[in-house]
Amino acid sequence: MFFLRMVLRNAFRHRLRTALTIAGLVVAVLAYGLLQTVVGAWYAGADAASNARLVTRNSISLVFPLPLSYHARIRSVEGVTEVAYSNWFGGIYREPKNFFPQFAVSANYLNLYPEFVLDDEQLLMWQRDRRGALVGRQLAEQFDFKVGDMLPLRGTIYPGTWEFVIRGIFDGSDETRITRQMLFHWDYLNEFVRKVRPRGGNMVGVYISGIDNPADAAVLSREIDAMFRNSLAETMTETEQAFQLGFVAMSDQIIAAIRIVSYVVILIILAVMANTMAMSARERTAEYATLKALGFGPRFLVLLIFGESIAICAIGGGLGLVLTWPAAKGFGLAAGGIFPVFQVSAETAAWQAGSALAVGVLAAIVPAITAARVRIVDGLRAIA
Amino acid sequence: MAAPLVEIRNLQKAYRRGGQVVPVLTDISLDIFPGDFTALMGPSGSGKTTLLNLIAGIDKPDSGTLRVDGLDITGLSESALAEWRAAHVGFIFQFYNLMPVLTALENVELPLLLTGLSRSQRRDRAAMMLEMVALADRMDHFPNELSGGQQQRVAIARAIVSDPTLIVADEPTGDLDRQSAADILSLIQRLNSEVGKTVIMVTHDVSAAHAARAIIHLDKGELMHAPVAQI
Repeated sequence: MFFLRMVLRNAFRHRLRTALTIAGLVVAVLAYGLLQTVVGAWYAGADAASNARLVTRNSISLVFPLPLSYHARIRSVEGVTEVAYSNWFGGIYREPKNFFPQFAVSANYLNLYPEFVLDDEQLLMWQRDRRGALVGRQLAEQFDFKVGDMLPLRGTIYPGTWEFVIRGIFDGSDETRITRQMLFHWDYLNEFVRKVRPRGGNMVGVYISGIDNPADAAVLSREIDAMFRNSLAETMTETEQAFQLGFVAMSDQIIAAIRIVSYVVILIILAVMANTMAMSARERTAEYATLKALGFGPRFLVLLIFGESIAICAIGGGLGLVLTWPAAKGFGLAAGGIFPVFQVSAETAAWQAGSALAVGVLAAIVPAITAARVRIVDGLRAIA
Repeated sequence: MAAPLVEIRNLQKAYRRGGQVVPVLTDISLDIFPGDFTALMGPSGSGKTTLLNLIAGIDKPDSGTLRVDGLDITGLSESALAEWRAAHVGFIFQFYNLMPVLTALENVELPLLLTGLSRSQRRDRAAMMLEMVALADRMDHFPNELSGGQQQRVAIARAIVSDPTLIVADEPTGDLDRQSAADILSLIQRLNSEVGKTVIMVTHDVSAAHAARAIIHLDKGELMHAPVAQI
């Protein structure tokens, strides 16, 4: 108790210096947490993707579609249980900043996505309405969409003003599921395409295949791609997770930069903290010498300095950690839905706490060694 | 005659500065007996503080023997020396050297952390020492809330709280006004005469030195035997 009191009083001896150091720690730990959460959010789609679903796309690029006729051929592969298809729509809701993904999907699409939970009645209403649309819960909450609302979109890939009627709102089976997308009938899109570009109709963006055994994913992928080898539209099939990771890989360098910045932030605060501790220890040379003269060993001084450093880091790191959740919530909202899932993971929180502790320990090493080595007669002279 | 408490024989100490060897103490032999109050006097650079540091076990000689209460402390390791200091030496410094983050009571309690006493025993004993130096009403004050004389009295209480064999005082009145200095010297005299503590005090103030029972003069690292005054 005596020791703890001494550590805490030492920590707050220079209130302004300690307050500024703590403020720096709060910002650093907070920034580290947010940056790591951004990285995590980037991978959220891939993490939520399934290995029991295969995605087949044009082998040249996702930009090029595949013929609708592939549907039946893929379905005929043994081990494939169901095949759905979808097209990226790319519409704008009011303003470009209101971005959210929109997919034109086949009628059986939701059969492959049990993680999207939709009321049977709403499913039926959607199936009956050619212009019907389904929106995820997160999207509905963001724009206050309700069943029966009109949802106008300005097409970019498919020009014109499109009007949809929201017929259902689907939920995620758990809170990690991204429900920030809109689904509508592929047939509705196809009608439009056939009307304006007759030769561009009956084309599909990607096929999604359900398979009965995820362990066969590689074999089935090769089998599907083999069927279309040397055709006009060769395919590339991979698991949904690999497909999603392919998207993430396009931003690999950005993610790597974010990661590096998050580590640099910790290194900077380590330097600040080390400087604070070095200044404090230097100012107390005479006190350390006095303690040694009174009979306290170097171990006591080392514990005193480590205790002070860790106490400051615990306060700063703890505050930064606590503030991460509200900050992440605000950041997620401010990002305007770029990150459908923006949640601070337990792993990130653990790394934040660990980093703060590591900063506390590392910053104290040199001052502790210096204090432990101080010769009593030299240290006492520091005051005289 | 009683055996000397401090027995110094042929003590030598030199400092090395920039490759040069500067002798500080040359062939010092000296006995200090239990209950003595000895003042070490001499001009600046005479080696009096170095001699006090060696006796207190916070510095080591180059050669010679230094026995305190029969124990040759020159051969002790750093950790053994620290334990020995905690048990046998009470320090009074010129600038008090109190811990600024501790109250007067906590400063006096500090050396007792190295003993096996319980918290309440430590606090009772520290409070008793503060009463002895007439600072019972300042227990919860931090050093910066006390005058120089009061701080030095706290330092004296800290020096005697673990009941050491020897009290070493390095210019204990050097930073005090005349009245405070007189009070402090009177307190040290009482510790010597009433409690029987052996005191070795470094000073260059003649009037302070006259508070001691014996005065030893040092000059250029050598003991001046001739003018030893017996009060």
